[in-house]
Amino acid sequence: MDFMSIEHSRRETLRLAGLAGLALIVTSSGAQATPDEVSAAIAKLYGEKKPESGKIKLDVPEIAENGLVVPVNVEVESPMTDADYVKAVHIFAEGNPLPNVVSYKFTPACGKAAASARMRLAQTQNIICLAEMSNGSLYKASASVKVTIGGCGG
Amino acid sequence: MTAKPIPKVRLQAQAKAGEIIEIKTLIAHEMESGQRKDVSGQIIPRKIINRFIAAFNGKPVFEAEWHPAISANPYQSFFFKAVESGEFTFTWKDDDGSEYVTVNKLTVA
Repeated sequence: MDFMSIEHSRRETLRLAGLAGLALIVTSSGAQATPDEVSAAIAKLYGEKKPESGKIKLDVPEIAENGLVVPVNVEVESPMTDADYVKAVHIFAEGNPLPNVVSYKFTPACGKAAASARMRLAQTQNIICLAEMSNGSLYKASASVKVTIGGCGG
Repeated sequence: MTAKPIPKVRLQAQAKAGEIIEIKTLIAHEMESGQRKDVSGQIIPRKIINRFIAAFNGKPVFEAEWHPAISANPYQSFFFKAVESGEFTFTWKDDDGSEYVTVNKLTVA
């Protein structure tokens, strides 16, 4: 540690350490998916169609101590009849190396458009959920998860 | 993983007509993401279960497409509206082409 030999005040040293930490975050985020990549993944599925808000209950922990196993629970409001049901639900992670997490296909036989799984999160980030209804309308919801220990190895 | 993944499914054996039941599934699998590196710095190739399909009396009910962000030993739960007695078939599809299948009966009173 060269800079430690130079006479810095304690405050200065802390400031430099903080900057070094920040630089680390900035460089390591280069390999991560970004909100743009999530948007691109959504555009690939549904084109330019604008999603509405509401109907989706996206349940993720506010703080995940272990990024390897983060519960993700989604429920979409729908009567789930042959005429009106939830066709598909997609979950995306904005800060993972790859934006996709899971895609569900529901049928009216489900009775309820809800599913739970467990995902890996590399870092603190936003989770995006998109639901496609049988009439073609789209709904979107998001939630943020603070991750203490990242779960993507490397 | 050398052992063949063993799926576990938990659901009630009997239901009333019209009842919505929850089905919980779990399968032992390392879900190698293709993002990790081994000691020599080589990327460990991806090997995950990429699809889970639930069918009732041969008709697909629920499907999940899993990506590498799904945790090891993947858990999946979902719901099903019981209308008639029958048989569930749960299928997990591995990247290497293997399929793991399990069958459960449901009796509707």
